Amino acid sequence: MPRSVKKGPFIDDRLLKRVEDMNSRGEKKVVKTWARASTISPEFVGHTVAVHNGNKFIPVYITENMVGHKLGEFAATRLFRGHGGKLADKRSKR
Amino acid sequence: MARIAGVDLPRGKRIEIALTYIYGIGPTRAHEIIEACGVDPDRRTQDLSDDDVNRLRKQIEGTYKVEGALRTEVSMNIKRLSDIGCYRGIRHRRGLPVRGQRTSTNARTHKGKRRAIAGKKKAPKK
Repeated sequence: MPRSVKKGPFIDDRLLKRVEDMNSRGEKKVVKTWARASTISPEFVGHTVAVHNGNKFIPVYITENMVGHKLGEFAATRLFRGHGGKLADKRSKR
Repeated sequence: MARIAGVDLPRGKRIEIALTYIYGIGPTRAHEIIEACGVDPDRRTQDLSDDDVNRLRKQIEGTYKVEGALRTEVSMNIKRLSDIGCYRGIRHRRGLPVRGQRTSTNARTHKGKRRAIAGKKKAPKK
């Protein structure tokens, strides 16, 4: 079930503030965030956000197409190295 | 022969059912269309007059996106997801279910036929 329209989209306040701050000063820096559940708002376009995936921060460059999606959709939390066999052994050693 | 949106409608079927042979038209839309055109849903496709067929064609082409146009829209939507590199796009690319279903078992609709895994032993028969 989708979120109630009455509430509007969930956008992490701290993150939005920092991005707006950067917009007003016209600078671009990578912002680290844990707010995977936050919706991407149009203000974010053109910035790079480092989204935490539980292990490290994945840099995500926000394009116009991504508006309306959640940040977490772009930083996968699972790493699949394939099922057993010689090939998989080699890959997991890396 | 009734040809609508590039599809030949089956001649012997009731028009209400025959319309569902067009991609993008199911039972609900077929019913809506017939009601809007004032055609008897129980008539067979072959019994329709040219005038009836033309009215149906106009109604469908003016109101709904069907066949090729609809197929392109669907594949464009998938391509968009795939291009922005989001989770749903990745699932489409890998041919796995997109909406969080389990994949340990089942999910055969999206994954397709079972593929044999080399070196896996079969369970012994009792």
